[in-house]
Amino acid sequence: MAITKDEIINSLTEVKPNILFETNEHRDELTIIINKKDILELCKFLKEDIELEFKLLEDIAGVDWARRKNRFSVIYHLFSLRHNFRISVKTDVDECDCSIDSISSVFKVANWQEREVYDMFGISFKNHPDLRRMYMPEEFEYYPLRKEFPLMGIPGSNPIPKK
Amino acid sequence: MDTFNKEEFHPKIIEALLKAEDGLTIEDSLENEMILNMGPQHPATHGVLRLVLRLDGETIVACVPELGYLHRGYEKMAENMSYIEFIPHTDRLDYIAPMCNNVAYCLAVEKLAGITAPPRAQYIRMMVAELSRIASHLVAMGSLAMDVGALTVFLWTLREREKILDIWDLICGARFTNSFVRIGGVANDAYPEVIEKVKWFIGQFDENLDECERLLNTNRIFIQRLEGIGTISKELALDIGMTGPNLRATGVEFDLRRNSPYLFYNEIDFKIPTYTEGDCLARYFIRIDECRESAKIVKQVVDKMPQGEIRLNQPKKVLPEKREIYTKMEELIHDFMIIDSGINPPEGEIYSAVENPKGELGFYLVSKGDGQPWRCKIRSPSFNNLQAIPHLVKGYMISDVVAIVGSIDPIMGEADK
Amino acid sequence: MGLEASLGENSFFATTVDALVAWSREYSVWPMPMGISCCAIEMMAAGDPKFDIARFGSEVMRFTPRQCDLMIVAGTVTNKMAWVVKKIWDQMPEPKWCIAMGACTSSGGMYRSYNVVQGIDQFLPVDVYCAGCPPRPENLLNALIQIQEKIGRSKAKDFPNKLPELKIIQNAK
Repeated sequence: MAITKDEIINSLTEVKPNILFETNEHRDELTIIINKKDILELCKFLKEDIELEFKLLEDIAGVDWARRKNRFSVIYHLFSLRHNFRISVKTDVDECDCSIDSISSVFKVANWQEREVYDMFGISFKNHPDLRRMYMPEEFEYYPLRKEFPLMGIPGSNPIPKK
Repeated sequence: MDTFNKEEFHPKIIEALLKAEDGLTIEDSLENEMILNMGPQHPATHGVLRLVLRLDGETIVACVPELGYLHRGYEKMAENMSYIEFIPHTDRLDYIAPMCNNVAYCLAVEKLAGITAPPRAQYIRMMVAELSRIASHLVAMGSLAMDVGALTVFLWTLREREKILDIWDLICGARFTNSFVRIGGVANDAYPEVIEKVKWFIGQFDENLDECERLLNTNRIFIQRLEGIGTISKELALDIGMTGPNLRATGVEFDLRRNSPYLFYNEIDFKIPTYTEGDCLARYFIRIDECRESAKIVKQVVDKMPQGEIRLNQPKKVLPEKREIYTKMEELIHDFMIIDSGINPPEGEIYSAVENPKGELGFYLVSKGDGQPWRCKIRSPSFNNLQAIPHLVKGYMISDVVAIVGSIDPIMGEADK
Repeated sequence: MGLEASLGENSFFATTVDALVAWSREYSVWPMPMGISCCAIEMMAAGDPKFDIARFGSEVMRFTPRQCDLMIVAGTVTNKMAWVVKKIWDQMPEPKWCIAMGACTSSGGMYRSYNVVQGIDQFLPVDVYCAGCPPRPENLLNALIQIQEKIGRSKAKDFPNKLPELKIIQNAK
């Protein structure tokens, strides 16, 4: 049972008029851009609405734009099995207030995916049950995917055993 | 003997273990609990996965997996190299089914650049992707059987896999980690010898798979070790982000080849096997059924393959053929421009996913208009499947952990990126 | 069959202890498969019926380091994993040898990044390097043959043969 982009935008404006959003379409994909304070409400609505049912959170990705205002973005990709439709939700995070609400109470899969974004970018997630690093060891002090971190690493930050 | 003085368990891991919700009543429980480390080097953990278990006797109370032992920095490297240079790196993500990852990445870059490969190339991509699926499931079944004690089956499935590796050797020169698929097409054509060999392989595959099945399907020890172990419900499986055969074994019929078709899968007739029990035995049976369905798909693809060229003729985005580069001037210049400054797709971001043998492999690519991606995020299926392990092992014994991890079939190369 | 037939009756055969010990070590090398990533699959393929590593004497791949002579490091070693590899190497009893299988262990391979060790010879003494990405199983068997030749040339004075000093704990009166 297919659903169109207009129907999703209409139901969003009807049911949740307090959330301000913009839309962007590129190569037949719909992206909704919102403010970071609305993310928990929007994800709950998209999952639990009877018409929409976006039950699979495929991925949470972070991007470092290397600009002064709103340096980072966090993008959520959701898929609806009922309508075979994919939607992306994009929010901006500033470097000074580098935190955003965690949606692990709505989607259990967000637990590890948010930990990975924290490990790579340093964006902390409020109300996350267990926020620690995913890939790098706990003693590592930097955030590898930020644009100022060099590709070969910082000497001395990640030691190896001696011969 | 040297002293090993690097700290064993970081305090945050112990904290996470102790905080894990209990909700378990164990009859006859002991006074003390024990913390056991199934370390990164272990014969049954399918790669470098570390599981820290909290035990009450032999029953598992909580489990915290630790990843990162194979984190090679793919996403950072992708930002520093062009789109074409990243293709060999995608091979090493899920290294048991390398062609599937190549197909996934090239489809994502083609979507970003707005081009489509010619039909013959797409059929060849389907053929090698389904052969990769068969190879991956053979290794998964073989190692699951080996983990629970049936050593012969592993050698038999590896023997079948060697035949597939011979086919790949013939078509592109490498046994595995082939980097066969290119942006805009494939590297080599499927010559008549290759097609003959594929037809021969499919002809004898069903009986050999029957032989392996006869050893296991009615074996009392195998069934008792896998039935009812590691059960997960439909809603929890979808919520925890499982995809692929693990999700289909719980009853959700979700396959990206049907739900959002890519290549020419909507013209091929195949079934999606689904089971409802959600335990280790269902996950084992579903892989066998998928092998047979993939063999059917390959048969149809080989019969339907159209004639034509194997690479798109668009010089600004697709590398020309080597023969033309050595003899003609324009192709030489285009080759130089593409290798030097990249294919320069227009500014924008896309997400594109395919159905890998382990689940859904997705690439999120952001382009700022130049030859290197600004951000390349890899959505790997094993990373999300592994998140279910703490829920699956609760309440079972240590020897069941081996069967559960084997039936989930993780590959650490893509879980750790 | 071979030896006693060619020597005939009532003959004897003299050799050095070195040669005998080296001969027995050489043809029964038990590898410790340190399979980390893609090269581990080719190492598994070297053990399957088509390439058959067992005919070289490596009948079993024991997963416990205390029972092995040869460590085959197959796969990319990251900074986090290097500590684990070193710990396992230290647990292997002397005499021990090491094969660095593949491009990633020899020099970091195609991964020039912040978390990959650029060559395991930064913390392990490597005997044979095996090139390829991944090396074909025949390549690994060639590396094994070279290790066997190296063992065949070894002498007893190469290996330290002292007993560790035991501290005897006396019961306090």
